Amino acid sequence: MVESSLLSSRRRAVVGETRHLLFSVAPGAVWIFVFLVLPSVYLMAVAFMTNGPYGLPQMPLSLDAFEQLAGFGFLGWSPGNLYTLLRSLWQTLVSTALVVVVAYPIAYYITTCREKWRPIMLLAVVVPSWTNQVIRTFGWMNLLAPGTPLSDLADSLGLIGPHMGLYPSNFAVTLGLVYNFLPFMVLPLYAAFEKLDVAQVQAAQDLYASPVRAFWHAVFPQTLPGLLAGTVLVAIPAFGMYVIPELLGGGKSMMLGNLVANQFAGGSNWPLGAAGAILMLLATFGGLYAMRRIGKRLGGGEEVVI
Amino acid sequence: MSDPTAAATAATQQAETSGADTREARPREASSIELKGLHKRFGKDTVALDGVDLTIEAGEFFTLLGPSGCGKTTLLRILAGLEAPNDGRLLIGGKDVTDTPPHRRSVNTVFQSYALFPHLSVRDNLAFGLRMRGEPAAERHRKVDEVAEFIQLGSLVERRVEQLSGGQKQRIALARALICEPDVLLLDEPLSALDAGLRSQLQVELQRLQKRLGMTFVFVTHDQDEAMVMSDRIAVLDGGIIQQVGTPNEVYEHPANAFVARFMGHDNLFAISASEDDWVDTELGRLRLDPAEQRDDQAGWLLIRPETLELDGEVPEGYNRLEGTVEERLYRGSRIEYRLSVNGRTLMAVASNLGQRMHDVGDRVTISVCPEDLVRVAA
Repeated sequence: MVESSLLSSRRRAVVGETRHLLFSVAPGAVWIFVFLVLPSVYLMAVAFMTNGPYGLPQMPLSLDAFEQLAGFGFLGWSPGNLYTLLRSLWQTLVSTALVVVVAYPIAYYITTCREKWRPIMLLAVVVPSWTNQVIRTFGWMNLLAPGTPLSDLADSLGLIGPHMGLYPSNFAVTLGLVYNFLPFMVLPLYAAFEKLDVAQVQAAQDLYASPVRAFWHAVFPQTLPGLLAGTVLVAIPAFGMYVIPELLGGGKSMMLGNLVANQFAGGSNWPLGAAGAILMLLATFGGLYAMRRIGKRLGGGEEVVI
Repeated sequence: MSDPTAAATAATQQAETSGADTREARPREASSIELKGLHKRFGKDTVALDGVDLTIEAGEFFTLLGPSGCGKTTLLRILAGLEAPNDGRLLIGGKDVTDTPPHRRSVNTVFQSYALFPHLSVRDNLAFGLRMRGEPAAERHRKVDEVAEFIQLGSLVERRVEQLSGGQKQRIALARALICEPDVLLLDEPLSALDAGLRSQLQVELQRLQKRLGMTFVFVTHDQDEAMVMSDRIAVLDGGIIQQVGTPNEVYEHPANAFVARFMGHDNLFAISASEDDWVDTELGRLRLDPAEQRDDQAGWLLIRPETLELDGEVPEGYNRLEGTVEERLYRGSRIEYRLSVNGRTLMAVASNLGQRMHDVGDRVTISVCPEDLVRVAA
């Protein structure tokens, strides 16, 4: 009797807790379901449908979209989409690497500044991103167009053909990506640097490490969580970037984002667009997984949380 | 190796280390340190060191003592190479290392914050210096085991740094520097973060360790008791200037000036208004002292060490005699401290607690002090 009442009171507690949990989690869960799960399911469904005469999906279910994505059209196989995918990967890799190289000294420099200057310098890093991305990209178009000082300089150095201009080109896209994503790397790196005790750098030098080795052995491993967080923040959006390749690539440097966008807009082939989006998702998940593995390896067994 | 004496030194060292047991070869050739006219400024008008000349003997336990901001840590950082002097030269083992970067100096530092690497295990922390010097992995492993055994933390080498207690971190920091067998070991207030009991235990351990290794230790502290317990010699710094260099008892018993006297914990300093032959006039009255203590200038201070005052009974022949009132009594267990009022001035006295009757607050006491115990101190 006593036992059963104990049990029932426990059950009541569990029920109460569950109800409490349900109420607090439900709004978020509904939000995610309506705006993430449902659209994703819809996207998947679209990808397996057939393209209709007006570019809209229709029955029957088929793998046409994926075949087209892989490059098979009614004129036989063409490598265009494959090139777009590879270009996306390559641009992401190169621009992320360049962002890292540029962001490290900036983040380190800010931590060495006096405390009252640091917020101002961080602000200076972030402020450009408050302007609309399209406007900033147009700004680069004007800076890199044929006949501008930068293009003339590159021309006179023989880096580009005469009257070609630095824009439009793959280079302009890379530059645009690096410029655009720099703050997303500087901020997490700054946070990592700020936690670092300067005495540790000095201790490393005191223990026979040259400045370069002191950085590599004492500083770099400790900024790894920041680096990985920054890489995720930079690489994933860069991979799906639409505006920058569209404007600075001039149609010659299409990335996966442009391919997808074109299918929903101009080209009007929704199933193909959906298949491209799924490919992007899969590539992103693959990238994240790889980063996690790398983080675990370099973190010395301790998990570097992304 | 252009210097023939240095080559000879290296040769003897070689001969020593090639002997039966390399561990027994220590104490090895320790290094002396010479500082010549060191100046260091930060920014435009912050002077950290204002002309420091100092010689630290090989194998000495030398302490830089002074209040915060006196320049002692700057001096230590210059020895380590982490800071460059604006002017002056620094010689270690007879070799000018003023412009040598820290990673090329055979000098290791125990940092105040320990500065252990949180991303490395204790073992990798200990091996860091050896690894940077390019010693093979097997050798590193052996030396780490050896040194971990030596500091009695052998069971902790595979742990992570944040799993250690403060005292353990302190030992690891010390061992990480010692394992490299530097010519000079620098210690930047390494005990300041520890509680009192552990600190006094480690003071003794450090001092014994230094004697056993015969290595030159340069120790920085603001705690005069710590300095006196551990050091062979002490340099007292203030305002970037060395105020006095001497053995602990020289610095304590014959401070060079009022600053050193106050810093060494002396309260009983009285301005001298006039002096001749074997007497001085002070705020307490006229006191006799050893004529050898007399100085040419009239100004300055008279130092009366509280433990030289006798409060009970007879005033022996030739002793100074003062009359005072007990204003306050502090019972310290092994000793009793009295705050006395003499001629309206405060005089501190300390008596060993030998079980005698204690004086109560308000008691009139007769104070006697031997003339030889009075010390004249420059202003």
